[in-house]
Amino acid sequence: MKAKPVNHPAVEAFARQLAETTRDSVRATSVKVIESRKARLVDAFPDLEATRTQASQIKDFVLANISNLLSQLEMKCRLNGVQVHWAKDAESARKIILDICKEAAPDGGTIVKAKSMATEEIHLNKHLIDVGYNVVETDLGEFVVQIDNDTPSHIVAPIIHKNRREVAKSFEREGLGPYTESPEQLAAQARKHLRERFVEAKIGISGVNFAIAESGRLVLVENEGNSRLSTTAPDTHIAIMGLEKLLPSEADLPLFLKLLAGSATGQRMTVYTHLISGPRRKDEDDGPTAVHLVILDNGRSKVLNGPYKDILKCIRCGACSYVCPVYRQVSGHAYSHVYSGPLGAVLAPALEGIEALPELAKASTLCGACEEVCPVKIPIPRMLLQLRDEAMRKGVAENPIPWTLFTFGATSGLRWRTGLKMLPMARIAKHPLKDGWTEFRELPKKEGRDFRKWWNGRS
Amino acid sequence: MPPDSNVAKKSDSPVRVEARHRVRLMLTCLCDIYFGEVGISTVKILEHLNCEVLFDKEQTCCGQPPYNAGDWSAARQVAGLTMRALLESEDPVVMPSASCAAMIREGYPVLYEGMMHPEVFELGEFLVHQLKIRSWPVTTANPPAKRRVAFHRACHGRGIGLTNEQEMLVGSLPWIQLVRIAQGEQCCGFGGAFCATHGAISAGIGMEKLHNIMKAGAEEIVSGDMGCLLHLDGLIKKNKLPLRTRHFAELLAEAIAP
Repeated sequence: MKAKPVNHPAVEAFARQLAETTRDSVRATSVKVIESRKARLVDAFPDLEATRTQASQIKDFVLANISNLLSQLEMKCRLNGVQVHWAKDAESARKIILDICKEAAPDGGTIVKAKSMATEEIHLNKHLIDVGYNVVETDLGEFVVQIDNDTPSHIVAPIIHKNRREVAKSFEREGLGPYTESPEQLAAQARKHLRERFVEAKIGISGVNFAIAESGRLVLVENEGNSRLSTTAPDTHIAIMGLEKLLPSEADLPLFLKLLAGSATGQRMTVYTHLISGPRRKDEDDGPTAVHLVILDNGRSKVLNGPYKDILKCIRCGACSYVCPVYRQVSGHAYSHVYSGPLGAVLAPALEGIEALPELAKASTLCGACEEVCPVKIPIPRMLLQLRDEAMRKGVAENPIPWTLFTFGATSGLRWRTGLKMLPMARIAKHPLKDGWTEFRELPKKEGRDFRKWWNGRS
Repeated sequence: MPPDSNVAKKSDSPVRVEARHRVRLMLTCLCDIYFGEVGISTVKILEHLNCEVLFDKEQTCCGQPPYNAGDWSAARQVAGLTMRALLESEDPVVMPSASCAAMIREGYPVLYEGMMHPEVFELGEFLVHQLKIRSWPVTTANPPAKRRVAFHRACHGRGIGLTNEQEMLVGSLPWIQLVRIAQGEQCCGFGGAFCATHGAISAGIGMEKLHNIMKAGAEEIVSGDMGCLLHLDGLIKKNKLPLRTRHFAELLAEAIAP
């Protein structure tokens, strides 16, 4: 029999061509963040388990009451002077944002952007650049992603896959300053370049970490100060959020701020926390004159009514990626979607449909580390299993492993015992899983005594 | 916490379990196929603690392989046999695998909506929580030489709430020195069919684990799940590493006088 060409699943194929230096960068940062997470959360909270349960229940409440909470948020935002827009999909979100931009800066010009995965999700930059805007990412990591024409490989740490030397080379290539590998000097070079962009920009675009329904306040957290400048220096601020990023009340915020900072970066608090309550008021000297909030659906309502609803509890801390043994081997790019890691392995097929990404849920050992670190206790492994089942039931799984022979044997004691006697032959037989095993490992051999023979011999 | 600090204080005299328990052994498919000694050790351990062990010959597998692969209809058929063979009696069911125990306790209620979590026990869990063993009652007159051992906690143990039960028992053996390994809580990379469909990733995770174990100066890897050990042993042999793998039941059985 002629051997079929090896057809690896996408994540495995990606891992096989990944540079060892990239793997090292991803692993080193991941290990470091998980260690600081332990110091800040596990060892610092009096009862982290109870805290996570509380946060999880608040998010359950949000999902169960999402229509009411969104209405409340919209009403409060309007009272605060924030203009609210509803976008049912990526295209309508882009159109809403483009229309605002055209009104605020009809002649084009610079748009400064704070880090936002929602804008990545709708591929906003490309569309704004295509119509002539100079879109500038101002988060240091996102800035490197942009000048390298790359994509983020972690939802919190977009350049987790790059090392200092690679960043230094990119900065030198872009003429940002003399070659240096010093993080402080690199940051200074970026800062000098970006300060001018903040001054000239008419529009700032950001994401939203939490939107509080009770007050209509938009909460942003960051460590560099670029979000503050992006949302206050330009005359127009556009914030975009996935519709699930709600908190019911102001009182819920401290808990979530602590959990997010501790889980995402192992910090007690992020360096900056912004509470945005609306545009500049009459008696104020600065701040934007117009604030827009774009609330994005883009498949979320569908997820809300399906078996993967719990993934919408996610607060985008990225801890599940950092802790995931598979993610540490492959980086975020392997997941071929804006949302990577264990979160992405559920959210991406949930949003896009199992037909579009039938194999992603299989790129997991189901070790459960993701659920264990999740600040809102999302049962990611269970949903990965459900996605595998859905792919199988709908007949969209690629190269499914045939379990027919195994099932035939394992559903009758007699057939099972007969099968056990025939096993030595299995060593020479072909099986779809065999090559993937033997490429890296020796085949197992039966060792020591046989249990059934021993058991029968003593009675 | 370092493994050493987890070790419960050794009692002055070996523990005697007075009440006689009757337990049903679930051998698990891997021990049925490859690792009979682990099954034999499990029986010896339980009998040493005054348990009567029953073995139903009709048993096969818990159904986890097709369950994890997404073939839930196959998984339900296999689970059906396990339920008939093992779960219908009143006696506690004990198995030398946290993974199979997790499949039955957490997986069956997913396969059968509304099902109560079946009461089955992983071996270490049964010894510590049901039989209240904190320190292994050594009876052998010929204790083996001292050796450095790395304990690998199988991930599926945490799914059923296991913590340090198995380590505590292994660490109570006077000739075992447990070493602390970097990234000890990380998965070994096995993951069932994943280890073959995503072979490079699985081997990458496994090799990282093995390097961390060697760096800690251990010569032996002990775990409570043969899935992890099957995969790690395959990597060890292919790469000719100076390590060997053992199930913790074998270590406890080693301490029983013949």
